[in-house]
Amino acid sequence: MTGWIPRIIAISGSDIGIIISLVVIGGGLAWLLKQSIKAGDVDRRIVFLFIFISVSVPILFPITFSETATPIVKKLYDRIENLPEGSAVLISFDFDPAMAPEVQPMADAFARHCLAKNHKVIFMSLWATGQSLLSTTLQNVVRPEFPEKIEGVDFANLGYKAGNEGVLNVIVTNFRKMFPTDVNSIPLDSIAVFKKIRSCQDLDLIISIGGGKPGAKEWILFVGDPANVPMGCGVAAVTAPQLYPYYPKQLLGILGGIKGAAEYESELVRHYDRFADVKKPGLRMMGPQTLAHVVIMAFIVLGNISYFVTRRRGKKP
Amino acid sequence: MRRQVPLIITFFIGALLVISVFIPPMVSLKETFTLYFDIIAVFAFFLGGGNLLRVHLGKLYGKKQDWGFSLVTVAGFAMMLIVGLFKIGNPGGIAASITAEGSLFQKLFEYIMVPLGSTMYALLAFFVASASYRAFRAKNREATILLIGAFIILLGRTPFGMMLTSWIPEQLSILQIPNLAIWIMNGPNLAGQRAIMIGIGLGVVSMSIRILLGIERSYLGEDK
Repeated sequence: MTGWIPRIIAISGSDIGIIISLVVIGGGLAWLLKQSIKAGDVDRRIVFLFIFISVSVPILFPITFSETATPIVKKLYDRIENLPEGSAVLISFDFDPAMAPEVQPMADAFARHCLAKNHKVIFMSLWATGQSLLSTTLQNVVRPEFPEKIEGVDFANLGYKAGNEGVLNVIVTNFRKMFPTDVNSIPLDSIAVFKKIRSCQDLDLIISIGGGKPGAKEWILFVGDPANVPMGCGVAAVTAPQLYPYYPKQLLGILGGIKGAAEYESELVRHYDRFADVKKPGLRMMGPQTLAHVVIMAFIVLGNISYFVTRRRGKKP
Repeated sequence: MRRQVPLIITFFIGALLVISVFIPPMVSLKETFTLYFDIIAVFAFFLGGGNLLRVHLGKLYGKKQDWGFSLVTVAGFAMMLIVGLFKIGNPGGIAASITAEGSLFQKLFEYIMVPLGSTMYALLAFFVASASYRAFRAKNREATILLIGAFIILLGRTPFGMMLTSWIPEQLSILQIPNLAIWIMNGPNLAGQRAIMIGIGLGVVSMSIRILLGIERSYLGEDK
């Protein structure tokens, strides 16, 4: 009898989130179902309100789900995992702040994984806005989590270079022609990472993160395919379907949207204890995304109920 | 003459670069021309910046409708330009990267640009939900197929997909919602995307030939 009081006190934020979501969203949708059966269309402001609740509640009271990597994510994870230590991996930040919440978690996860495996990582960007987002990853992930890694020796930052596909067209045969120095104005010849790297053909893996143009597709067309360099990518969910034709030949794996990031993060946590306590925005954002998807599906059902009721009554829907 | 000179330059450079792909000693030409392209592109930045200022300063000067937005645009442009060019507040000084840790440019980007960009993109969720409610209706066979496909993909992108169908035996695992979502992406989606890509590829080849031969002249600012 007395046991239930501490249990209530020990209730977690996730439980509160689930309870609020069930009560508010479930109750609200039930009321809307009743309205739809009466053939009443739902005002779009009500749709907006439900989306607001379904996104904000899991952010305020984090709801997390367990994830398992799908083959398309697992293959890319396995490639990074199985590359011999010291392999050269290039990560290109080809995105802007609008896409960042969706794809920056992937960039962070790739950086973590590559550095944990002691690969030599080259960071660069084909988007002007990418350089600052790259700095954010260095600032929030690389430097605090890998203080032993030295810039120039374990990783290099080339920054942004204007020219879109033109940049790729040159670095596929010569890095130094397009990037005489790194972002800190240090000549590439003085950077240890570039000792054995003359062009993209000397890389062991290229990962493009983005969702626009230039992005993964341009990397495949200008570098991955002509130079036969293995490639993977992390892209916004809306872009992922366009890249499926390149999988699994030109692309070893694709991370699509927050779900892809969450799957990769869960795989990292499963294999590396050191990442158990780091921030995992991909897994965290799966809560709001899942609830928002459920609400959208519920509204699609409601819309169809309303449509069929109206049609049966002989009104023009 | 004003039309013929650009057409001759286009044909000559285009043909040279096409030929260079097949002649090994000429392969480096593509690098050289890409560098030329980069130099030309720098001038586009000046043109872009100049044009932005011309349009918005004109609006401000004439106090035209929504001139307040123009004020914000010009102020934002000037602030980022000055902070970036002179590396104001950069701990590494003038030689360091503009995005160096702790630099004012990086702070402005991180605390203003990133939240604004993310907010704009996040608004899509509201409109997608409203549009789905109105558009995804089983009005006919095609719309019903689209609706079922959308439902499977939406569910397949959440953990609920597996929760709802995990009871399906291993032999019929293809019917589990996440696997159905993967099948849609690898089957119908892949076929459609390939068709579009092949179509675009053929279009690009034909358009390139038209430009090289001077048939397509719209890039010169002509109608024909």
